Amino acid sequence: MWSLFMFIMMPLWHIYGKQNLSNEAYRTTPQAYLAKAQAMVDQYTVRTETAANLPVVRPPPGSDVYLVARLWQWWPLLELEQGQSYRLHISSMDWQHGFSLQPVNINAQILPGYEMVLTVTPDTADSQTIICNEFCGLGHHNMTGKIYIVGGGQ
Amino acid sequence: MSKELFRTCPESGLQFHKPAELLMRSHAVLAVVILLFGGITALLVTLTRWPAVHLLPADRFYQILTLHGVNMLIFWIITFEIAVLYFCSSTLLKCRLATPRIAWLGFALMLIGIVVNNSAVLNGDASVMMTSYVPMPANPNFYLGLILFAVGALLGCFIFLGTLVVAKEEKTYEGSIPLVTFGALTACIIAVFTIASGAVILIPTYLWSIGYINNIDAAMYRLVWWALGHSSQQINVAAHVAVWYAIAAIVFGARPLSEKVSRTAFFLYIAFLQIASAHHLLVDPGLSSEWKIFNTSYAMYLAVLASMVHGLTVPGSIEVAQRAKGFTNGLFQWLRKAPWGNPVFSGMFLSLIGFGFIGGISGVVMGTEQINIIIHNTIYVPGHFHATVVIGTTLAFMSLTYFLIPVLFRKQVMLPSLARIQPYLFGIGMMVFTLALMGAGTLGVERRHFDMAFTDAMIGFDYPASAYTLMGIAGMAGVAAILGGAIYILVTVLSVFFGKPVGSESTYGFTTSTLTRAEPIIVPDGGHAAAGKWGFAAPGTFLLAIFFLLVFVLYYAVNWKYLASVWPMS
Repeated sequence: MWSLFMFIMMPLWHIYGKQNLSNEAYRTTPQAYLAKAQAMVDQYTVRTETAANLPVVRPPPGSDVYLVARLWQWWPLLELEQGQSYRLHISSMDWQHGFSLQPVNINAQILPGYEMVLTVTPDTADSQTIICNEFCGLGHHNMTGKIYIVGGGQ
Repeated sequence: MSKELFRTCPESGLQFHKPAELLMRSHAVLAVVILLFGGITALLVTLTRWPAVHLLPADRFYQILTLHGVNMLIFWIITFEIAVLYFCSSTLLKCRLATPRIAWLGFALMLIGIVVNNSAVLNGDASVMMTSYVPMPANPNFYLGLILFAVGALLGCFIFLGTLVVAKEEKTYEGSIPLVTFGALTACIIAVFTIASGAVILIPTYLWSIGYINNIDAAMYRLVWWALGHSSQQINVAAHVAVWYAIAAIVFGARPLSEKVSRTAFFLYIAFLQIASAHHLLVDPGLSSEWKIFNTSYAMYLAVLASMVHGLTVPGSIEVAQRAKGFTNGLFQWLRKAPWGNPVFSGMFLSLIGFGFIGGISGVVMGTEQINIIIHNTIYVPGHFHATVVIGTTLAFMSLTYFLIPVLFRKQVMLPSLARIQPYLFGIGMMVFTLALMGAGTLGVERRHFDMAFTDAMIGFDYPASAYTLMGIAGMAGVAAILGGAIYILVTVLSVFFGKPVGSESTYGFTTSTLTRAEPIIVPDGGHAAAGKWGFAAPGTFLLAIFFLLVFVLYYAVNWKYLASVWPMS
């Protein structure tokens, strides 16, 4: 009985729940994906941060956002509006990585050659840190990124 | 076969085929040596992830963690399982072991594989974790060692199957094979599937690492690798459930409540456990929700059901056996009066509780498609599998060892008072450890991570103080459990090499003549129900099962609630 209930729960959450992983993913290559990300960075960078001058990108709500996972950073930094939806693309340039958004705690596996597309709606006011939670070599524990959340209309 | 090739254990009445006996001893000794090595690496890993200690530098940490993973999850357990397979076939069926020479070849291959693999990691160019996800490269010897070991283990599986055939041909038993052997057969069938999957993925990966193949698709690797990675843990489940049944029979003379139900439950493992390995891919790109849901729930819950059946019938059979002996007061006298000072029993019972309550529930919860979003690759995952593999399998094997020392090695267990507390130190230490890891994982702490403080990262992140507290608790409990593991190795090694030979007296005051199904052990007047209460044969166990389900339901609901609080996404 309990097993059956648990089985039904998953499709039910797909229909009524708000937290589902998308089925949207594409085959890609690191070069093609990086070109798309670079185009977004060129168009929407609002400032740079840290000693390495990492671009902070603020794409318009509803648009396609490209996040690059590579040894050992999440690139670029993002700035998203609270309550707006974005199509967040993620792919790896090299090895496998783990997308882990903290403290909200959203986790997904990121593979090279596959472009995952998640439609996300940030509904927390706090900015989030992206951590890598798939082991990717010596710099694994230093592989971090950022998603700033800003109030609408700022 | 001539008779002098067999000896009969005067204490247990078990018949040992001498070539098989030497093989069992060798595998068991090798397994314990690996466990010692794995235990040392466990200590180093624990002391590094304990934030206040943070012992090793990053490169050394990842190297040691890789060693810990391969040695514990693959080498220790499978080596011990081959010994169990030989015991369950040759000894329990009173049969000669098929082709002992090939068995020695298998042993040699396993040993060489372990050495080749471990030396690649020790060299420092194969710190790729047990999973060795492509395209992260490792020294080719890393894969080669695994392949050699797998071939050796596969030979062991075939010898087990061959021995079953020999036993059938030579009519060394009547009727169907004993339940414990049936459980071992389940483990063996899963093992053959597992090792085949391992070959399918590791051989191309080896060729890739030496440059013959250009590219291995990361998603395909994960799909096939986990048919090895998770199924190999299902071998453990089948094997340690068989050990539970064996110990219930050894210590209590208990018989399963229903052979048919237990056998069906084992069969469910064979049929459904493998596809459950898909739950490692729940948050992977490129797989549809339909595929994920079918493979992880529809099928997995039947396998979960099987585990719940075993978790119910083993204590149920103990309860019935105890009640038949007159411990009928109240709901739990049978349990209170159980031989808690006998490590064979206490270890087995802690194994059952830990596996069910901690490992089982957490496994199903994190194997739920959407809930996996808040758990994938956090330290919750090691929390889960330490509960299943360490408390479930390793502790069950440890308790079996206390039985095997007098029976197989003909030695008395030394340091009996230490042996008495060992299962508690190890089992309860691991329970605290796993619960703390699961708590920290729920707060987002990652697995396989050197520095949760992100000291050197360009962009830092602060976990809440509670996450640090939990990791500290995990550190302390982990060290306590490792101490328990050290006592196990100490007792085992001392007993086997320096112990007094077993005389006429029994080491722990239990008889072992009840291991095979040859004679009916318990025939309560008026059937099982007569000794029970309110029409239940095992009311105490029933109550425990209700409690288990309640915990399960509550915990499941809490996790959905937590999931509902994260960002909406689709």
